[in-house]
Amino acid sequence: MSTITLKVNGATHTVDVEPLTPLLYVLRNDLGLQGPRFGCGLGQCGACTVIINGVATRSCITPTSAVKDEITTLEGIAKDGKLHPLQQAWIDEQVPQCGFCQNGQIMTAKALLDRNPHPTDAQIRQGMAGTLCRCMTYYRIQAAIKRAAQVVA
Amino acid sequence: MTTFTKIPAYIEDVLEKQHGTTSRRDFLKTSGLLVVSVSASAIAGPLAAASQAAGPYPDPDFRQLDSWIVIHEDNTATFFVGKTDCGQGTGTAFRQMMSDELDIAYDKTTCIMGSTDITVDQGGSGGSDAIQTDGWPMRRVAAEARRVLLDMGSARFGVPIDQLAVSAAVITVKADPSRRVTYGQLIGGKRFNVALTGNNIDATTGVAKVKPVQELKIVGQSPRRYDIPAKVDGSQKWAVDVKLPGMVHARNVKPPFAGAKLISIDESSVRRMPGFIKVVSKGNYVAVVCEREEQAINASRQLKASWEKPATAPFPSSEDLFTYMRGSTPTSSSNPNVVGNPDAALAGAARVIEAEYEVPFQGHTAIGPAHATADPSNGQMTIYSNDMKSYGMRTGVAAFLGMPRDHVRVVWMEGPQGYGRTAADDAGCEAAYLAREIGRPVRVQWMRDEETAWDTKAPAFTVKLRGGLDAEGNLVAFDYNARAADYNHLGYNESDTVLIAQLMGSRRARPAAGSAATPSEMYVIPNRRIATQVVSLPLVWETPLRVGNLRDPNGPQSTFASESFIDELAAAAKVDPLAFRLKLLTASTTDDTGFKRARSIAVVKAAAEAYGWDVRPSPKTFSAGGAGNILTGRGLSYTFRSQTVVAQIAEVEVNRQTGHVWVKRLVCAHDCGLVINPEALRRTIEGGMLHSLSRALHEEVQFDTEKVTSVNWRSSPTLTHADAPATVDIVLVNGDPNPNRPDLPHYGAGEAICKPLIAAVANAVYDATGVRLRRIPFRDGRVLAALKAAGV
Ligand code: FES
Ligand code: FES
Repeated sequence: MSTITLKVNGATHTVDVEPLTPLLYVLRNDLGLQGPRFGCGLGQCGACTVIINGVATRSCITPTSAVKDEITTLEGIAKDGKLHPLQQAWIDEQVPQCGFCQNGQIMTAKALLDRNPHPTDAQIRQGMAGTLCRCMTYYRIQAAIKRAAQVVA
Repeated sequence: MTTFTKIPAYIEDVLEKQHGTTSRRDFLKTSGLLVVSVSASAIAGPLAAASQAAGPYPDPDFRQLDSWIVIHEDNTATFFVGKTDCGQGTGTAFRQMMSDELDIAYDKTTCIMGSTDITVDQGGSGGSDAIQTDGWPMRRVAAEARRVLLDMGSARFGVPIDQLAVSAAVITVKADPSRRVTYGQLIGGKRFNVALTGNNIDATTGVAKVKPVQELKIVGQSPRRYDIPAKVDGSQKWAVDVKLPGMVHARNVKPPFAGAKLISIDESSVRRMPGFIKVVSKGNYVAVVCEREEQAINASRQLKASWEKPATAPFPSSEDLFTYMRGSTPTSSSNPNVVGNPDAALAGAARVIEAEYEVPFQGHTAIGPAHATADPSNGQMTIYSNDMKSYGMRTGVAAFLGMPRDHVRVVWMEGPQGYGRTAADDAGCEAAYLAREIGRPVRVQWMRDEETAWDTKAPAFTVKLRGGLDAEGNLVAFDYNARAADYNHLGYNESDTVLIAQLMGSRRARPAAGSAATPSEMYVIPNRRIATQVVSLPLVWETPLRVGNLRDPNGPQSTFASESFIDELAAAAKVDPLAFRLKLLTASTTDDTGFKRARSIAVVKAAAEAYGWDVRPSPKTFSAGGAGNILTGRGLSYTFRSQTVVAQIAEVEVNRQTGHVWVKRLVCAHDCGLVINPEALRRTIEGGMLHSLSRALHEEVQFDTEKVTSVNWRSSPTLTHADAPATVDIVLVNGDPNPNRPDLPHYGAGEAICKPLIAAVANAVYDATGVRLRRIPFRDGRVLAALKAAGV
């Protein structure tokens, strides 16, 4: 075990874990941040997505000791008690079915919009393609991203 | 054994707060009901159970109004129902129905679902029956509560009930509206103490009658699903999130080959790993338990064990599956359902068309692998699970562990999609078994490869069809013969068939026979034969190719075959596929239970109209080898499930260079009778159609003769954002001949959606290319090969 300091959603935490422990388990089990979830542990589905340095990052394959920059999780994207426009769009479009994948959908979409505030339909499809939903809410997610893009602008 | 916890406070809060207002725990405390002491048989369910969190956990009595509805002093209400929500927003629908009958504003209510010690046993979810079946007792008990409250108001004001008005949980004297009393003032924090009647829970009723449809004000509106905000802001507590004091983590070690026998375990291979607690093993079941989650994952991978392969191959490879199925002797055959004389009609037909369709095994493959947490405190067993049948899990775990049923409870929490008999059932028994072995709360979760390889599968099908057309192109004979690899079809939470029981050696003397589905349509065909058989793979137990219900269990398979074949017949007759179907539907006016014929005609027409159907035979004329790589076409398909009728149209683009199929547009016309929440239904329809689109385009369980080889999202692909249609149009149809009847029923909406889609896509591909795809999934390579073979 070794002591690792992490900055998450504006707060600094120190944890004592094996350095190679995937960040996902530290966030969920040590820091109680359960927005990111285990889906595959292989970097293939996106359920565990957090944002580090503006990049949608799959925390299930990210060693905790490798993280140097601030981590943003789903719990950290609302500002001043106001939902992020994507979260609001998700509610307005009533996107989720079971909702289990939606952490990954929202966080991947956020990184996408942060980098490209006005994505085309093709860019949305491409940018989101690796983030899976087994309730197949893709059509509604894409509508919500377009809705949020108007607000973010 | 250490005493650990009651339900952690945060979970109590979550169970309540994700659903709305005041905490039930607070309510119970302030009302003094927590310390009320009455005999177990006489107490009202939710109140009693909460006062006994340490167990045992008697069943809430469904014949007590207090088990269903609690009115709070602040004039809000909590509904306790024995259902679960797999993500379609049924909880919101229950609140709408019950609020309407109770005459209380929707946003003054909350709904608690599916936790066995505090909600009556309505069986959890399954069969799309939540609204169709369970909605009725919910409506009736809410109506009864309203009646009782009106009685109380009448006594308070000394005026007869017919001189009282009630609205938004306030009773007023009609003649003098200043005389008013709220439900909360009448009964807040107290019990109704009203007995209900009914031989079974579905028949539960009081004295009051439900309202006619015309008086329902909240039903038919689209309040937003109450569960969604917490699912997008990160505050939702899911079953995967449960954390208990002293909790440890477990991971399974599955047999590396199907049917393998465990010879030995070398515990020294993991004993010194950090956090190691124990290897638990019995028969061929093996799990490793560690203090931390990542430690359990590492140790389960590190554990050295030797396994012996079975003497004979457990199954053919997936390439040889259909050949194997065609060649094997059925384990059972249905008595063919025969109308007229199909053999004679086929012999006398001007043209006979034959085709065979193939559907591979397809899995649930939940986005989050199976999981459960079990707490063995106080000599009881509490399981935190997302299993859609929490009540069945309670019974199954009790039987599996040999514990009295009232020592076991299941706290239902949200989870990844629960469309049928998922591995959540298996994880529940595993967690409980491990918790008892370890004497501490245990959280177990399957890894991705376990989930994808070992989850229950929808059975593979082969379907042989023959059809006879007369000289005028009329369909005179139809012969459907389906064969499903469905032997030993798993039930829900059966203590002797859950995977851990099988691995420990449990064998049913007589495995479930299984079944193969038949077409569901209202076509009038004078001569027909419908026959089904079930076949078995060599390995029946401890196999990853376990079969169980996946959404509409076998409808997508059978409807793919039958509705594709109807299109083949239309094409052979050179008739427009819509016109061909409408002719078959309108050829009779009798035989119309539930007005299914009238409603079928209505939905097929509604879909065609919404799409803007151009009447012409398929395939569309196109120039083979001509310019342009993208060929477009449209396909129609229709079916029903129970009383819900659905027609869908797919518009496709087929790339003849790559074989890629993109479904650009989907249209669905859907009639499930009375719609409770139209917007939530639309979302369910979108998701359900795309689920079947995933099965049409991508999904197939692959295996060699030893093991499943499709084990992650690369080898077991699913629909992605790239596949999403550009447009989805949904028409909610009320095709009842008397659409305004006051007793218009609400039918189960969900699973019917999944049935027709695959055929609609296949029919559209045929329309675009003239190539008939008879085996799913329509992956690029397979489509390209078919196009090339046809010279397209
Ligand atoms: S859980 Fe990390 S990508 Fe799937
Ligand atoms: S909403 Fe259920 S997996 Fe995406």
